[in-house]
Amino acid sequence: MIRINCPFCGTRDHSEFSYGGDGSIDYPALDATKEAWHDAVFMRDNICGVQLETWHHVHGCRMWLKIERDTLTHEIHSVRPAHPGLAAALSSEQEAGQ
Amino acid sequence: MTARRLDTGGRIDRTRQIDFRWDGKTLTGFAGDTLASALMANGESVLGRSFKYHRPRGIMSAGVEESGAIVTVGEGARREPNVKATMQELYEGLSASGQNAWPNVRFDLGAVNGLFSRFFAAGFYYKTFMGLPPFEWGHGTGLWMQYEKLIRKAAGMGTASREADPDTYDHAHGFCDLLVVGSGPAGLNAALTAAKAGRDVLLVEQDFELGGVYLNDPEAEQQRLDLVEAVRAAGVRIMTRTTAFGLYDDGTAGLLEKVTDHLSRPDPHLPRQRFWTVRAGATVLATGALERSIAFDNNDRPGVMTAASAQAYLNRFGVQPGERIVIATNNDSVYGTAAELAQAGAEVTVADYRREPSSETPTGVTVRTGMAPLSAIGKSGLQGIELAREAGTSWQKAERLDCDLLLVSGGWSPVVNLSSHRGAKPVWDAKEACFLPGETSEPIFHAGSSAGIWTREACEASGIAAAKKAMGQAADTLAPGGWTTPITPLYEVRLPNRQSKAFVDFQHDVTGDDVRLAQQEGFVSVEHLKRYTTLGMATDQGKMGNVIGLALMAEALGKDIPDVGTTRFRPPYTPVAISALSGRNVARHFKPLRRTPLHDWNLRYGATMTEAGLWHRPWYFARQGETIAEAYVREAATVRETVGICDVSSLGKIAVQGPDAAEFLNRVYTNGFAKLPVGKARYGIMLRDDGMVMDDGTTWRLGETEFLTTTTTAQAGKVMVWFDELLQTRWPDLKVHVSSVSDQWAGVSIAGPKSRETIAACLETGEDISNEALPFMGVARVRLKGGIDALIARISFSGERAYELYVPAASGEAMMDLLWPTAEALGGCLYGMEALGTLRIEKGHVTGVELDGRVTIDDAGLGKMASTKKPFIGSALRQRPELLREDRPQLVGIFPKDRSQRFNGGSILCRPGDPEGFGDGWITAVTHSPALGHWIGLGYIAGGVDAWQGTAVLANDPTRSGDVEVEIVSPHMVDPQGVRMHG
Amino acid sequence: MTRFSAWSVFKNGLTGQKGWSRQWRDPEPKPHYDVVIVGGGLHGLATAYYLAANHGVKNIAVLEKGWLGGGNAGRNTTIVRSNYFRPGNREFYEHSLKLWENLSHELNYNVMFSQRSHISLLHSPGAIDAAARNYNILRRTGTPDAEIWDLATLKRAVPHLNYSPTSRFPIMGAAVQKRAGTARHDAVAWGYARGADKHGVDILQQCEVQGITREGDSVSAVETSRGTIRAGKVAFAVAGNTSRLWTMAGLGKLPIESHKLQAFVSEPLKPLLDQVVVFGIGGAHFYISQSDKGGMVFGGDLDWYKSYAQRGNLPIVQDTAEAAMSILPCLGRVKLLRHWSGLVDMSMDGTHFLCKTPLSNLYLNAGWNYGGFKATPASGWYFADLIANDRPHEKIRNFDLKRFERGLQIDERGAGPDPKLHG
Repeated sequence: MIRINCPFCGTRDHSEFSYGGDGSIDYPALDATKEAWHDAVFMRDNICGVQLETWHHVHGCRMWLKIERDTLTHEIHSVRPAHPGLAAALSSEQEAGQ
Repeated sequence: MTARRLDTGGRIDRTRQIDFRWDGKTLTGFAGDTLASALMANGESVLGRSFKYHRPRGIMSAGVEESGAIVTVGEGARREPNVKATMQELYEGLSASGQNAWPNVRFDLGAVNGLFSRFFAAGFYYKTFMGLPPFEWGHGTGLWMQYEKLIRKAAGMGTASREADPDTYDHAHGFCDLLVVGSGPAGLNAALTAAKAGRDVLLVEQDFELGGVYLNDPEAEQQRLDLVEAVRAAGVRIMTRTTAFGLYDDGTAGLLEKVTDHLSRPDPHLPRQRFWTVRAGATVLATGALERSIAFDNNDRPGVMTAASAQAYLNRFGVQPGERIVIATNNDSVYGTAAELAQAGAEVTVADYRREPSSETPTGVTVRTGMAPLSAIGKSGLQGIELAREAGTSWQKAERLDCDLLLVSGGWSPVVNLSSHRGAKPVWDAKEACFLPGETSEPIFHAGSSAGIWTREACEASGIAAAKKAMGQAADTLAPGGWTTPITPLYEVRLPNRQSKAFVDFQHDVTGDDVRLAQQEGFVSVEHLKRYTTLGMATDQGKMGNVIGLALMAEALGKDIPDVGTTRFRPPYTPVAISALSGRNVARHFKPLRRTPLHDWNLRYGATMTEAGLWHRPWYFARQGETIAEAYVREAATVRETVGICDVSSLGKIAVQGPDAAEFLNRVYTNGFAKLPVGKARYGIMLRDDGMVMDDGTTWRLGETEFLTTTTTAQAGKVMVWFDELLQTRWPDLKVHVSSVSDQWAGVSIAGPKSRETIAACLETGEDISNEALPFMGVARVRLKGGIDALIARISFSGERAYELYVPAASGEAMMDLLWPTAEALGGCLYGMEALGTLRIEKGHVTGVELDGRVTIDDAGLGKMASTKKPFIGSALRQRPELLREDRPQLVGIFPKDRSQRFNGGSILCRPGDPEGFGDGWITAVTHSPALGHWIGLGYIAGGVDAWQGTAVLANDPTRSGDVEVEIVSPHMVDPQGVRMHG
Repeated sequence: MTRFSAWSVFKNGLTGQKGWSRQWRDPEPKPHYDVVIVGGGLHGLATAYYLAANHGVKNIAVLEKGWLGGGNAGRNTTIVRSNYFRPGNREFYEHSLKLWENLSHELNYNVMFSQRSHISLLHSPGAIDAAARNYNILRRTGTPDAEIWDLATLKRAVPHLNYSPTSRFPIMGAAVQKRAGTARHDAVAWGYARGADKHGVDILQQCEVQGITREGDSVSAVETSRGTIRAGKVAFAVAGNTSRLWTMAGLGKLPIESHKLQAFVSEPLKPLLDQVVVFGIGGAHFYISQSDKGGMVFGGDLDWYKSYAQRGNLPIVQDTAEAAMSILPCLGRVKLLRHWSGLVDMSMDGTHFLCKTPLSNLYLNAGWNYGGFKATPASGWYFADLIANDRPHEKIRNFDLKRFERGLQIDERGAGPDPKLHG
């Protein structure tokens, strides 16, 4: 069981979450070319090692998370909310706490 | 073997006699016995038959590595095949029998296989049974499959019950700071150390008693009791009869707790077993070591077993396993056992392969040095052992000793299985002749003999050290070893030119010759060796044989053992019942059942239910004597004539709220939502990123910044996740909040010419829902009689004047109690999925059958809903050339040419006389249309209706009914202008 | 090399098995090969065999970083079937099945292809119609053994399934392919290796590719743990490692994501189940058969997250056991003996790639999803054809990397561009 430290709920089994996909993809604007969309939708680095990826805490807070995880060892290096505003708010809260 | 129960000694309770059955005979044992010890005490020696040659096999060990005494326990639905008798606690009424033998294990006709064993070398089946070369290309497997039938019958071991297992199994979850696996000297000390330091410790032991090797040593009993007491007092949580069968990511362990397997009449409220998922901060593996055998001729005979197991039978179970005993060894570990057996009255000779054996020869024991076992004599009962002496690089026959029990110790293999599950590669230690646990960066620490530490004191110390390390404290690592005289590796003894049956893997009948044949044929890596010979693939997973096999391969190659490789162990450590893993989520409870708020109401009013994903939805409401076909046709006709009510609560409902809600919907749907007025609904299609249709549904604008979006039942969860993802990962700047309100609302569709009348009669204050006040696609908030607040939208899936009415889930039944009497009085009906299907097929409305994930919006005939004024999800990739082809299959309606005929969903549409190939299209759904009076269907065909005007088409259904001539028509088969629904 | 036959087994039985020799050589790498195939798995070995046997290519090496057949070859659940129905897949897998039917004879190696039937259970009238569409296509395209069975027929053939009308998903019928079945996976690897070796192919084990040397838009050599090997043509057939090699070759992204798929085997039992049975509904996915040794071999879903770790986690073990018990409740006291996992390259539409690449002499065999084992013979056959002729055979022209740009997704499940959903 991979244990994921959800920033909102605490550490939980990975079975509460669902894996999204490559978190490094920058989806193009809706009016971008089909070539740009092709690359975003179909092409992957498929990294063996630490990759940025998205997970959804579907059986928890339903927040999407960005996680740095080693795809070979499953070791998790970082977890943050996928929503940049929430991520910023959380980190400033943590700083304030310290 | 002439084993007998001693009058005193052992841990068994002689005051509690236990009757049990073996192959139909009633025998007696005592509380504290295992099935193996009780059978041994009763003088039963042949307990099993081997896999391939059906050789007689007896007890070979006293533990999980058992490869001889593998039996079937229980009867009928509770029959469990392949039970290791050494691991089965005895209980009153236990019924066990031999397996893989006919008529029984003592006399087995299958033993005839042994006569042909010279032809059954490793992998022989890859070289023959291929049958004759085929006379026709593509028919080459016929003869093999005839041979295969015979092979399958001969293979296998026990026979599984054909009945469902009547017992229950539980899943449980646990957490701890430290998990300690094994309760021997190392494990108990590790648990105690950590618990005293305030850690939450979970100690698991596969045995029914704590103590490990202490249990086989009467002199250590007080020490054991003190330790166990201290461990309990320190607050360690203790689980006996519990095996840690696997280690997984992030400190997770899988445990199997056997709750009632030892009970004669279990409490019916208890599960038979529990499967635990435990998340541990750190893990100490004090899993011990297993004694190896040595390969020599007939080393599998009943009466040959590991040396340490004799100690267990003697000291723990009070069974003297033999009278004249020879112990063949290459290490120090047997001398204590030899002394104890001699003390118990046996005549004991140790044949020690080493020239300089242990410094002290125990009293009453004869020691022959430089001797190794060459060939066991006797078939079902051991009569003696031929010994050999090394002569240069070979062996020569030395002497024969008579014996009724031969104990063998070829060295010890630390149990490194669990750390190996984590990818820690075991490391060969040439000095101790064993694999030691490999390195891991995870907080997993081996202690005791599982780390190759042989003396008890050092094991105890290593347990303390491991616990300290697990707590992040400094501690010395204890070196492996500890014997006075080092082990001299010995794996096989054979004369150069003598045929022998020297087994490496007892269960699978893999011999030393098989290993050499594998080498001769190039299967030299350990993985090839295992696969080619099946070494280590039996129910003990190589616990007894793997190291010997590896050593023999190394010798054949002239390499060192590490150069041949190491085997990676896979979970489970010992086999786990499939039902324990499945727990209670089986049969009716296999997957959750979703019920709408109107579920019980529907059942009360005669609904027959059908599966819709995880939902049960009303299929049809049969009146007395009606078949399903009669019921749905009546229901559909009634909707078009008067009014019908259908539960649509399972549709997904998402509240989309916030200043940017309209913009969000505008991006998600192909059509525009920005200008949708408050109080109006709009049908929308959403695409996936790749431009294929994802889902459809209506969205209701309840306020300037508030929408209610409905989805199909099947895609409700997926769409909700998708909205979350888009808002949180792609468009975080949009100020929108989405929440699933699917379960908060009960919803019905009220359809038919009298739908307005029905609803109006149920309104509390007589709100105006006339065509002017609530036109097609209008949305309003209304109040039903009894003060039930409701949302109403004039939406039609049936093509009739129709409304969807949503009330809070708790008021669902109250709503039905209002609506239904009113509708019934107007001649209306309740209708289910089948009639819903009829109505929508008549209208050419699509569902999941048509939107199967491979369909574009144009294919579905809804291309005009794709905005050209704004981009949306999927708008870029839907422009790819293959998706724009004119000859893509497009949605059409289908009539049988002869209107009296019917056809099937799933039929292929093709030109008459074209029985091959992919055809031109297919039929997605069919129904008998009461409006048209004949069967109709929806489907897709290349180019759509226009391409097939006046062309004959066949609905081809070769797997079922054959061919029906059909006509391709517009999918809008009833009321194509939509007059009825706008009226 | 000794020809395998009943006679040779008999003769060697009498003479102490002395007559058998290595099933393939263990040669030293040569400095140059006309074709270097990276990956000594089933597809790589099959490709080498057909290149030599069908196209007469002489100077071929297969490079394997470990031991041949040590990856997915030995980790799959050995199911062979051709019930794919999308154009392209349909012809490809049917051709594969035909090659399977004659493979033991072709290779003179008993791969134990047992055509014991593949039975997909159906649970609703809609599911029966959907299956009928697919199996009607099979019938129309050279697979007369595709059938839709009613409940009575199914009960006669497979008596021990859970036919209770109160089970969560009562069984209503089945879609059956009778020529489908199972084969002995290791034997396929060894048979192709022996066959390739007989044609002079050098199988280089413990030979890990560590670098790809390019000259402009072509590959000139591969750097291996056993030295530099120059190559006329290079072919990748490295399921689970495709993206790593692709990066090594200096190429960009691929429409592939690597996932892990677990597999399970029980203790050996006397015959209990004669067919391959597949069960998929309510989000579950499960398949089971009984090996000739007697073990129940089964599997289910991916672990659902991308992974290069060849080990699984407990949630899927549990899910799979739940499905097993729900469909075969008599397995209750049968014990799981071993579970393991393999790496599968999941593609964006669930269909593989057998194609040329941006480099002129580099060829790609990848993205087999769940289908790699059954595809082995055809994969080798067409890949060899592609390499030998430097152009895709008409039958594989849509298995290229550009198909998504064209808008072609060969999507059997209609799951869309999310690799994990194509299991």
